[in-house]
Amino acid sequence: MKRWMHALVIFAVFAVVWEILVRVGLIPEIFVPPPSRVALYLGKSLWDGTLLDASGVTLRRLLLGYLVGLAAGLPLGLLNARFKFMEDTVGMLALGLQTLPSVCWVPLALLWFGQTETAMFFIVIMGSLWSVILATDAGVRNVSPIYIRAARTMGSRGLHTWIKVIIPASLPFIVSGMKQGWAFAWRSLMAAEIYVTILTGFGLGHLLHYGRELHAMEQVVGIMLVIIMIGLLADKVLFSPWERFLYRRWGKEKA
Amino acid sequence: MQGLEHELKNPPPQKLVVEGVSKQFKIRRNIVQALDNVSLQVREGEFVCLVGPSGCGKSTLLNIIAGLEKPDTGQVLADGQPVTGPNRMRLMMFQESALFPWLDVLGNLMFSLNLKPNLSRKERREVAKFYLHLVGLEKFAHANIHELSGGMKQRAALARSLAPNPAVLLMDEPFAALDALTREQLYGDIQRIWEQRRKTIVFVTHNVREAACLGDRVVLFSPSPGRIREQFTIDLPRPRDINSVALAEHTTKITRALKRYLPGAATEVAE
Repeated sequence: MKRWMHALVIFAVFAVVWEILVRVGLIPEIFVPPPSRVALYLGKSLWDGTLLDASGVTLRRLLLGYLVGLAAGLPLGLLNARFKFMEDTVGMLALGLQTLPSVCWVPLALLWFGQTETAMFFIVIMGSLWSVILATDAGVRNVSPIYIRAARTMGSRGLHTWIKVIIPASLPFIVSGMKQGWAFAWRSLMAAEIYVTILTGFGLGHLLHYGRELHAMEQVVGIMLVIIMIGLLADKVLFSPWERFLYRRWGKEKA
Repeated sequence: MQGLEHELKNPPPQKLVVEGVSKQFKIRRNIVQALDNVSLQVREGEFVCLVGPSGCGKSTLLNIIAGLEKPDTGQVLADGQPVTGPNRMRLMMFQESALFPWLDVLGNLMFSLNLKPNLSRKERREVAKFYLHLVGLEKFAHANIHELSGGMKQRAALARSLAPNPAVLLMDEPFAALDALTREQLYGDIQRIWEQRRKTIVFVTHNVREAACLGDRVVLFSPSPGRIREQFTIDLPRPRDINSVALAEHTTKITRALKRYLPGAATEVAE
């Protein structure tokens, strides 16, 4: 709680100094809007619903795409670790495609799916899938063989060993891969939303883009703050419980 | 009448029979003969210690008895049946505890018990509690593995190995990573538990004194190629104290024998 107070005080001081610097004209207002105008914009757009609508559209794309990425990435990662053939094919592909920023898929996605939600899903999936595959694969390969041997002498076989030993033992890797996949998905979606207009829904990226076109920098900065808030919140809601579990059980530092 | 004669003449049945087992490993381009035509018999309820320097194949033999590795030639019989793979009647305990960090202590015991059929959930929990009590960890049922000391980890691992009630316990240098005081405590514990539960134990160590303290019989291995050289019967009363003079006599005898087979390489063996 004390740490929260520290952060709050520091940010408040920062905002006040910023406001004063803009007001006295040391920073030109056309470059940086004062915090009061950003707050005004956020309040207004919260009131008329544009902010909540846009956040809803963005989060829906992100969560659905990310879930598909996880649902495909976890089993593919396990298969890669188990079968040499998969490792040589899907594994290589994943390694290559992970280095490709997924916004590079935008031209093809638009060609294949048009300006639709599907194109957005596709880009989010391409952003998260590969790191989940690679992390799961690496996690399984790093499971200490002694766990598997111990389990086998206790009578564990085949699928039981996979579900009860190999997957839980690779959990630290899997969780950090999931986190990385989330970060990549979030970045790709923002890039894609700024880059293309999808008529079925205006996300946060679109609001940021329009802010630029109208030179409404208080809107740009306001949306940036919202994006940061959502990122922090996701970290707390989605990953903190896992990390707390890992920390408690393994006694390791957070992944 | 013939039945009685048969009964009196024949020794107790062999629990484990190792027949002419050989095993080679390829390390880079060198072939290492880990085991060369090794034969060994272990009676039911016997405590046998395999002793020898690192690389003499004693751990390999233990893995083969466990069914975790296959011999190149020869075979292992358990209760007269050839060993083809791991079986929960022959549980193995390792130098590192190999406890699962994603489960608490009780969870680890339940892992081995859940693989044993014909027990209700309640019975399993009771069995787990019984063995936790036996090793003195009843207060740590819900502790996380990383919170335990080295000695407590090995106690928990012992409880996990004992819980499914295996006939044979295979122990691969289980106390090697512990400090001397903790080890002495565990010598007492393992002897007490062995007397109570009457397991057949095959115990691998490179510590001669430890072997003499625990074993009914000490089997001496020499390396490259891994062979059994001599066997020593230790007929001291139990419980044995690791620091007793009578034990030291046995230790000296075994260490001398060991040095004969290892010109210049005896430094790796603790007396």
